[in-house]
Amino acid sequence: MSDFESLELRGVGRRFGGVDALAGLDLTIKAGEFVALLGPSGCGKSTALNCLAGLLPLTHGEILLDGRRIDTLPPERRGFGMVFQSYALFPHLSVEKNVAFGLQMQGVARAEIDRRVREAISLVKLGDHAKKLPGQLSGGQQQRVAIARAVVLEPSLVLMDEPLSNLDAKLRLDMRTEIRRLHQSLGLTTVYVTHDQEEALSLADRLVVMREGRVQQVGTPDELYESPTSWYVADFMGYRNILPATVVSTSGSEAVVELPGTADGGVRLTGRAIGALAAGDRVRVAVRPEDFAVSAVGLVETGVSTGLSGGSSSAGSGSIPGTVSVVEYHGREHAVGVQTGDTMLHARASSAPQVGGAVALTAPVERVLVFPEELDAVVPQAVAA
Amino acid sequence: MSAVGQRPQRATASLRHRLAERGVDPTLLLLVPGLVVAVALFVYPFSYGIGLTVQPTAAMQEQWGGGVLANYVAFFRDPFVFDSIGITMRLALPAALFNVLASIPVAMVLRQRFRGKRLLTSLLVLPITLGTVLTAQGLLIFAGRQGWINRALLEIGLIDEPLRLVNNYLGVMFSLVITGFPFAFLLISSYLSGIDPSLEQAAKTLGADWWQRFRRIILPLLAPGLATTFILTFVLAFSVFPSARLVGDAMGETRVMSLMAFRAFGEQNDYSMASTIALMMGAVELLVVVAVLGLRSLLYRGTTGGKG
Repeated sequence: MSDFESLELRGVGRRFGGVDALAGLDLTIKAGEFVALLGPSGCGKSTALNCLAGLLPLTHGEILLDGRRIDTLPPERRGFGMVFQSYALFPHLSVEKNVAFGLQMQGVARAEIDRRVREAISLVKLGDHAKKLPGQLSGGQQQRVAIARAVVLEPSLVLMDEPLSNLDAKLRLDMRTEIRRLHQSLGLTTVYVTHDQEEALSLADRLVVMREGRVQQVGTPDELYESPTSWYVADFMGYRNILPATVVSTSGSEAVVELPGTADGGVRLTGRAIGALAAGDRVRVAVRPEDFAVSAVGLVETGVSTGLSGGSSSAGSGSIPGTVSVVEYHGREHAVGVQTGDTMLHARASSAPQVGGAVALTAPVERVLVFPEELDAVVPQAVAA
Repeated sequence: MSAVGQRPQRATASLRHRLAERGVDPTLLLLVPGLVVAVALFVYPFSYGIGLTVQPTAAMQEQWGGGVLANYVAFFRDPFVFDSIGITMRLALPAALFNVLASIPVAMVLRQRFRGKRLLTSLLVLPITLGTVLTAQGLLIFAGRQGWINRALLEIGLIDEPLRLVNNYLGVMFSLVITGFPFAFLLISSYLSGIDPSLEQAAKTLGADWWQRFRRIILPLLAPGLATTFILTFVLAFSVFPSARLVGDAMGETRVMSLMAFRAFGEQNDYSMASTIALMMGAVELLVVVAVLGLRSLLYRGTTGGKG
């Protein structure tokens, strides 16, 4: 049960009450891979996970394990382990008995069960709590029991449904490292559902970004981070500034766009066109906060540069004037909110600018991405790893 | 801090505060109406009744001896009366057990959504609205010697002569099940919905089939609720009265304790004996309730996570 070559989802979909909770999911997962399903609530990622687990029946498509159809099997016969968002620990059983449950269902010998349970519990560092009831444990500890319970079976696939979302921020970071460590040492194929892009980027070998039941893009963290294929994916990957615009002209891989709603109703930026664009097209421009260079507008003191951040302010992509409205302290740098027209832009600066001061934001051309407005026409990248 | 002027003030404040922390504050006055009703309509009559039991009539004392405890002597020595304990128990225990056990699979199946679920649930719960008299009437009409059931079976040829389904133990048993099942079913359904569904989902992913899920996860979490439901259904069944009369054999095999008490009260005008029988009835019920509660305390009774 624990070794397989590939898990393939073909056209997997689930239609319920006239709505496609999930549609057209094509994905091939290799053994040992860590795949993250990323998206906001309602995007279908949990539905996909529950369909994989067998807890929800498919209305379309099939799931194949090494070529064998498994979507017709009930969950108890698929041999997948699952970690639930609410942990779902059996409240009347101790930590030990919780972890032993799956092994008992498999009919493993008692001595063997004891050994493996002990190993699993020490793997998640809960040796001192083995006899406690779940009600006596903290959230993080319960989470670790849930993980131990799933991995002790050495399942062919581990499914995790937003396991960290009920934990506080610091614990989330610690547990994230734990999960990564476990994955590296056990090598179990994992499908992980989350809405937190940082989590997905740090844990996954590949990410699947979803929206309204459909896949938007599949790729490695690097691919998604550097080359998102739509503004929706870019939004998830930290391109916090998504601005509607219209194409003025295109030349090669570059496009000049005009941004309404910025100062004086028309600022022009040059950026990299993603996909085929033509003059007059409605687009969205995506820029990361850290790619914006914030420069104060006004008198320049001789010999002192007015640039306030390290971002390159050259390459003439155009400059957006605005007023500083918010400055947040983030330790080594500041998050700056710049109001321009009726849009708020987010940027970073190493020294805090004056609130209310006039500034200009610039970004290098290759850091300004121009995407078509229309999302559904986007074809995701190649699905096989 | 200057002590003399402030000390009395501090003492009063802290006393009120301390009392409030123990729950003693003006809102306690809200208990008064309830207490008054409880004392007037329960505590007083009950104590009066207990008092009655030790004031036996002269006839009773003569017949049974024992002085003030003549009623109790009569109760334990008169087989006609004493056997009513066993008779009532033989009706109430099986009825309660059946109602609880039969409700489990029905409640389990009715968890899922399906067409006609609401209709089916209403049908199952409807008998609660009928009351014992209407149920008895129905039973006599349908299950009596000339009743629909017997006539149908005779027509088909399955039986040669009519089955005795009423005016005996069976009649009362049917009545207890018809009126008790909806009650047990409603209670158990609600306990069942209090179990977090993700627990079963987790058990499924760990390889448990339906029986293993039921036995290892659902049943242990349901058990305290089953115990409570059993207690309530048992008490209801043990105090059976009209059914024993209407569809039973009141002076024969279904002479339940409440009937004995009524006989003492209504026919023999012996209030103190009636009180005695009623008291003993309560005592027997109490024994069973305490025993079941004791067993229940051994089970896991913590939160089961669901909506309840």
